[in-house]
Amino acid sequence: MPSLSELAQRRKPEHADDEPLVVVEGLTIRFPVGRAGFWGGQKRFVHAVDDVSFHIHRGETLGLVGESGSGKTTTGRAVLRRIDATAGRIWFKGNDITHVTGEHLRSLRRDMQLVFQDPYASLNPRMKILDLVAEPLVVHGIVRHPKDASDRVAELLQLVGLPKDAMDRYPHAFSGGQRQRVGIARALALEPEFIVADEPVSALDVSIRAQVVNLLQDLQDHLGLTYLFIAHDLSVVRHISHRIAVMYAGKLVEVADCDEIYEDPKHPYTRALLSAVPIPDPELQRDRHRQILSGEMPNPVSPPTGCRFHTRCPIAEDRCRTEQPPLEEKAPDHVAACWLT
Amino acid sequence: MSDDLRPASDHLLEVDHLDVRFFTRRGEAHAVRGISFTIDRGETLGLVGESGSGKSVTSLAILGLIQLPGKITGGDVRWKGRSMLGPVGEKYAHKIRGKEMSVVFQDPMTSLNPLFTIGTQIGEVPRHHLGMNKKQARERTVELLDLVGISNPQQRVDQYPHEFSGGMRQRMLIAMALACEPEMVIADEPTTALDVTIQAQILELLADLQQRLGVAVLLISHDLGVVAQVCHRIAVMYAGKIVETGPAEGVFSHPGHPYAAGLLRSTPRLDVRQARLVGIDGAPPDLINPPTGCPFHPRCELADQRCRDEMPPIDSYDGGREVACWHAFAERVGAEAEA
Repeated sequence: MPSLSELAQRRKPEHADDEPLVVVEGLTIRFPVGRAGFWGGQKRFVHAVDDVSFHIHRGETLGLVGESGSGKTTTGRAVLRRIDATAGRIWFKGNDITHVTGEHLRSLRRDMQLVFQDPYASLNPRMKILDLVAEPLVVHGIVRHPKDASDRVAELLQLVGLPKDAMDRYPHAFSGGQRQRVGIARALALEPEFIVADEPVSALDVSIRAQVVNLLQDLQDHLGLTYLFIAHDLSVVRHISHRIAVMYAGKLVEVADCDEIYEDPKHPYTRALLSAVPIPDPELQRDRHRQILSGEMPNPVSPPTGCRFHTRCPIAEDRCRTEQPPLEEKAPDHVAACWLT
Repeated sequence: MSDDLRPASDHLLEVDHLDVRFFTRRGEAHAVRGISFTIDRGETLGLVGESGSGKSVTSLAILGLIQLPGKITGGDVRWKGRSMLGPVGEKYAHKIRGKEMSVVFQDPMTSLNPLFTIGTQIGEVPRHHLGMNKKQARERTVELLDLVGISNPQQRVDQYPHEFSGGMRQRMLIAMALACEPEMVIADEPTTALDVTIQAQILELLADLQQRLGVAVLLISHDLGVVAQVCHRIAVMYAGKIVETGPAEGVFSHPGHPYAAGLLRSTPRLDVRQARLVGIDGAPPDLINPPTGCPFHPRCELADQRCRDEMPPIDSYDGGREVACWHAFAERVGAEAEA
């Protein structure tokens, strides 16, 4: 168990004052979904992500939380340049990478990697672990053949807590948690600085989940990694993030320090989301004031006017229905997009 | 079990030393290994366990839905004291299922037929079991949709499943389960496929319906938080065995089995910030070659020679608790981490 000073250090990354590693400004992503109108003249779009801005410091973990359809995965993919932004800009290490192509994009990919959600679907069942973990090295021309990288793979496997002889086996021989470790080793093969972890533990059992979360934390401490940790599960995010960003229907509604957001949430959606998470303690659960939202997330093709949350918001006023609230500072280092708090 | 002296019909459902095996090409997987529990009228029992613990197989066995290569190889399932297994029992079970005992499955996306309207699908249940005609069944369906909180039921009844969202479809399945005013509902991971805010809606609906209608519920879940919210009693399963049962408060505040304790410790909590999560090392055992003795011993920090050799029996303790462990309620090494 780490000491308190270690914990404090983890919460306040060393280079907090430096320039952020990742800066996203006004990111907007729309997907076309066929046409409406008699002559098909009117283009329709899914407004997946709308005017999202945030930054991530070196060595920091930003938890990106939202329900399905909130745009959190799309945002993560856009930061990695796997989806092109409709508008807005993305900076990585001080360089604008929004429109980088070709060889530059390729070399950029070495610095930023993705850990996928489903360890059953993300590993090719016909490839041995050696080939899987060495694949990024081969693709980027660092080694000619996976066999040349066996020392490096052994090192990576050791790093993620798998035995060396795992190399010669196929994914089916491993459990979900072990497969996720393989996925992490694969992401680490190119020694990236930045990792987007898209729901890395959602598919795992509770007792295994803790192992993988701990592994990710250890790797961050040892290798100085920066994470964008995407999740729908607020309780897991609390244990790994330094700061947390909450998304709703394509909009960023609140960003704050990890403890701050749990103790003093400013946006009504964040409050509702927190009170909806069940706590494994029957007595506490009974005494808890719970706020249950009615309705569901709006259709992203025709998002509501004004604040996107107004259709479900318990405190919405007329202004919320017509005007979109900006992301404002409500407390030091704590921004939220709401007219009423 | 300790309830042997009471008349059997006291309990609504009794599962008595149930044994289920799957005869696969790799060998015989012993999915459920002689488990016993009971459910009384109006009670909510939570059956908790991780994947592969046998919790869903147990629910399928109660519903008589175990199919080849699976087979119930021992024990008994009794409804109001009468066996539901064997040739005679199956006829009896046929009358019970869907009427007195119904089920809500996990995935609302695949549990409804996309080709029929909601009205047809929900109405089918009272038509079959209560002999209603089409018109009566439709009226009943409208009532049910209203009961589960769907607005505009008169129009909604003629819509198809794709016109509803995930949360609404789960409400449909609950409406379908309640169609014949059952005495018990089996809810198999009813909120796992849903978002948290929708999960909160569905759990509240379940709790509300349970209070109003007085149905017993067997809630199967891997999520300790969900179980803590709605269950009176819980049973923890591991590798096909029930390792601990007891009132929810007791089990959550002071778990007796190291696995139950480990599961609680590894569940990240919203209200507490831990420096580090404490997982359980290793992975659940392979049910084709389960370990000898206590199935949890390879992952247990208290395991000794006896645990490796002998399966501990399920013993009764104070406060209605039952734990299957040689070291039940022992002060654990991990207890420090908790404090």
